[in-house]
Amino acid sequence: MSGMRGLSVFISDIRNCQNKEAERLRVDKELGNIRTCFKNDKGLTPYKKKKYVWKMLYIHMLGYDVDFGHMEAVSLISAPKYPEKQVGYIVTSCLLNENHDFLRLAINAVRNDIIGRNETYQCLALTLVGNIGGREFAESLAPDVQKLLISSSCRPLVRKKAALCLLRLFRKNPDVVNADGWADRMAQLLDERDLGVLTSSMSLLVSLVSNDYEGYSSCLPKCVKILERLARNQDVPQEYTYYGIPSPWLQVKTMRALQYFPTIEDPSTRRSLFEVLQRILMGTDVVKNADNQRKVYAMKFIDAFFLFAHLLGIVNNYICTCIYIYKERDILLPCHLIQYFSHVSLDLLYGMCDVSNAKGIVEELLQYLSTAEFSMREELSLKAAILAEKFAPDLSWYVDVILQLIDNAGDFVSDDIWFRVVQFVTNNEDLQPYAASKVREYMDKIAIHETMVKVSAYILGEYGHLLARRPGCSARELFGILHEKLPTVSSPTIPLLLSTYAKLLMHAQPPDIELQKQIWNVFKKYESSIDVEIQQRAVEYFELSKKGAALMDVLAEMPKFPERQSSLIKKVEDVEDTADQSAIKLRAQQLPSNALVLADPQPVNGTPPPLKVPSISGIKLDHESASQTQSQPNGDLSKVQSQIPSADLLGEMVDPLAIEAPPVDMGSHQRVYREEDGIPDEVDGTAIVPIGDQANKVEPIGNITERFNALCLKDSGVLYEDPYIQIGVKAEWRGHHGRLVLFLGNKVTSPLTSVQALILPPAHLKLELSLVPDTIPPRAQVQCPLEVMNIRPSRDVAVLDFSYKFGTSMVSAKLRLPAVLNKFLQPLQLTSEEFFPQWRSLSGPPLKLQEVVRGVRPLSLSEMENLFNSFRVTICPGLDPNPNNLVASTTFYSENTRPMLCLARIETDPADRTQLRLTVASGDSTLTFELKEFIKEQLIAIPMGSRALVPAVPVPAAPLAQPPSPAVDANDPGAMLAGLL
Amino acid sequence: MIHFVLLVSRQGKVRLTKWYSPYTQKERSKVIRELSGVILNRGPKLCNFVEWRGYKVVYKRYASLYFCMCIDAEDNELEVLEIIHHYVEILDRYFGSVCELDLIFHFHKAYYILDELLIAGELQESSKKTVARIISAQDQMVEAAKEEAGSISYIIAQTT
Repeated sequence: MSGMRGLSVFISDIRNCQNKEAERLRVDKELGNIRTCFKNDKGLTPYKKKKYVWKMLYIHMLGYDVDFGHMEAVSLISAPKYPEKQVGYIVTSCLLNENHDFLRLAINAVRNDIIGRNETYQCLALTLVGNIGGREFAESLAPDVQKLLISSSCRPLVRKKAALCLLRLFRKNPDVVNADGWADRMAQLLDERDLGVLTSSMSLLVSLVSNDYEGYSSCLPKCVKILERLARNQDVPQEYTYYGIPSPWLQVKTMRALQYFPTIEDPSTRRSLFEVLQRILMGTDVVKNADNQRKVYAMKFIDAFFLFAHLLGIVNNYICTCIYIYKERDILLPCHLIQYFSHVSLDLLYGMCDVSNAKGIVEELLQYLSTAEFSMREELSLKAAILAEKFAPDLSWYVDVILQLIDNAGDFVSDDIWFRVVQFVTNNEDLQPYAASKVREYMDKIAIHETMVKVSAYILGEYGHLLARRPGCSARELFGILHEKLPTVSSPTIPLLLSTYAKLLMHAQPPDIELQKQIWNVFKKYESSIDVEIQQRAVEYFELSKKGAALMDVLAEMPKFPERQSSLIKKVEDVEDTADQSAIKLRAQQLPSNALVLADPQPVNGTPPPLKVPSISGIKLDHESASQTQSQPNGDLSKVQSQIPSADLLGEMVDPLAIEAPPVDMGSHQRVYREEDGIPDEVDGTAIVPIGDQANKVEPIGNITERFNALCLKDSGVLYEDPYIQIGVKAEWRGHHGRLVLFLGNKVTSPLTSVQALILPPAHLKLELSLVPDTIPPRAQVQCPLEVMNIRPSRDVAVLDFSYKFGTSMVSAKLRLPAVLNKFLQPLQLTSEEFFPQWRSLSGPPLKLQEVVRGVRPLSLSEMENLFNSFRVTICPGLDPNPNNLVASTTFYSENTRPMLCLARIETDPADRTQLRLTVASGDSTLTFELKEFIKEQLIAIPMGSRALVPAVPVPAAPLAQPPSPAVDANDPGAMLAGLL
Repeated sequence: MIHFVLLVSRQGKVRLTKWYSPYTQKERSKVIRELSGVILNRGPKLCNFVEWRGYKVVYKRYASLYFCMCIDAEDNELEVLEIIHHYVEILDRYFGSVCELDLIFHFHKAYYILDELLIAGELQESSKKTVARIISAQDQMVEAAKEEAGSISYIIAQTT
């Protein structure tokens, strides 16, 4: 700053001002000074002018109104020397805004600099226009700026400024850039190697496509290339990495630009984009402690996230997993995203919990509980309780958590939760003294929740005597402390307290006469209670306690509870029904709870359990709460129970992972039972099943054929499942294109390795499967998009040859993919004016085929209508005068046929529903034949066995060479098919 | 896009303003007053984003200075937060551990650098090295002009 002493002095003066008033005086003095100097313009050197203009800017910045001297600032723009020019440009762009009249004076000088040959001046001028250029600038300068941007002789320095300058002009007047003329140049600009120019150009593109994406589709693959270059190949100069990440801003902008395009048609571009996005979202190389890097990842994450969601049109599990990973790595996410997912993340926390992180997660939930919305608290507490139970490193921790839960949020803790903790304590002897002492501590608190009183009363009644030697824990003291709470509790709790008193009395050793007197007083008092339960207990306990030894028998310690599925988990299941959550449920269910290590239920040696004393119903509340079979002897009960929950649990696994599944029939449950019992399940010979590799003993869960058939009629569901993996499918169809996403979900806690998926395409389909990772991490879900293109009509089916290794055993399966004929149909409803001319114009074979079909599944007309509509052949009601006939139409898409209208007529015989006459017509003979056969298949009640033959019909030789498939079973239709290929 | 950039000290003194959207002098003063009230009074543990008149203001405090940028509601605020950090890093590299005083007495440098970083409220250059190169080239040009102005031949030319 040596050059401008005057300015420095002025700034110091201002800083030395004691108060606002002094500052104002100093500023006024300076303004006066400048004004005078500007007035007698003659003696003013450019240097002085420059100094004064800077002072003006400084004063302006301080918040004072500078209403003169704009002219001088603007005039500096046309100064011949760089230093003055620079100041002129900067100060003008700071003092004025685009609506200022003075700015008009500058347009000419600015334009001269832009079209001049001096690139330094070009930069200054472009910066000014970019920052404050208005409509007038747009009209007069846009062509010049465009020229600079695409000029090959300009240095990047100038071109990047030109790009943003053009962006500004475009914002001011969108007419200056015309998609027809500009799109190609824009696409060329995206090939730029210089990242400065590329960053600016990308901003320009974002602005252009946000206005209107049409015409810019040629930029789309280039954007994907840029993302690949940055995120995958990391092909950027060192100076363009920011905390080790290749130009994150450019990545964000590129993803932003892509979000404005409605879809990406080209399958390979789409696939590349998905790959890059997965890489970005998973952020596998984030260093845990690099704070800055984490932030940069987060910033990329948002846009990657929204782009991903935009492309898929859904927020799926995969995204949720990413969010979780980010959360776990402590990567900051902006609050709106967190809010957006607060519910999801609760489910995630719940679903992702495992032994290693349970402690942290449960503590987080407990903490969150006190600030969470009221509506969420009950769910929160329930989930915290379940997680604590499932993953407790030791049982005393579990007890701590539940007690803390009751203490923090008693109102939201349902009875099930405290029943459950009591059950645990009863079943684990080691835990009893600990639990008793713990609740004793809580009892010392002044105000405790009623649920806490309940759980304390129960535990102290049963196990209080174990503490007898500790100070403050004698029977009399326990009674005293419990009895204090009695006036504060509601009537359902009083019977519990009475039972506790009776137990305390029984346990008091040596018998305590004083205590007996007090307790008897209580019983006497409640003998006349208006509440029948209280009255009955009071009377009965009073009588029993007089009997001495008999009391001991009746009030003996509660027997161990038979083990069964936690009622809490059941409760959660009842609440959850959406598809996403079921994945979590599945996770939660599958985990063998290590907390539930319990002693075998002991048979009760002939003596009836005390529960059976009919009157003391309150004590047995736990048994009542979940068990319907309580009248059975305990030993038997446990046997029955140990099976049923496990079956349920496996049944749940059949439920979908993240996607809607076909209804699970009981048959699959039965199959599972048999498997459990060690009886090898028969191979379901009806479908393309896993090659009958008996050695691996991994059997699919559910009927693969049925799953496939269900998927033929809808777009998402489970394709295959076995104890280790679940393969789900979600599909979208548009014209003759389709996209299937395979969800490969690892269900177990160890990775699945050597994962291979190979598509065996029939000749009429073009299929491209994106890379399938070699390994699926424990409990992870991997998505593999699969692009499908229909070339011509055919009923042949594509087969997915899927294999993986679990431990040492190789599992493989050949699965038919639901990319079948009807997926390329588009429903279409015709009126009679449209239908009949078409119908008549298509006359006779091969375009119109007729067949009498026998052995039809008997369906009522409305059922048949539904069936047709379900495979997208629309029934057009009222077209056929005969009410027993149906007329239907649809459009078929394939590459060869173009959109092709298809018409069908079904004439039924009300006397014999098993036969009908089917007529199908379309403009393509193959299509007519295939569609007729397809409809026939759907109509005929094919016995399960013969149905499988459909795919086994010899397939025309496929273009792909088939790698030798291992262990081909000659009897397996799937294997035969593979062999043919 | 970034609508404006604002540097305010903890005492509420404005150290730099740059407006990419048209605001009149009156509106500018109002915005500055309003925002410094909001931002300076925010607790240190609150997040770096403030919703304000349908916009988002991203700010970050470095020592005694608050760097604020106002963006559209649908913009990526984390991206802008990193732009702020990027700007500070460039300032730091230029001045050599930059402090508020540097920015007070050399406020014009802060403007030059900002102009190499942002145009039209969009990021122009993400390489610190490139920005540093351009700024030092500009400095040299100013120096060269000054030397020329100091030369005897120039003085003679001026007087005649």
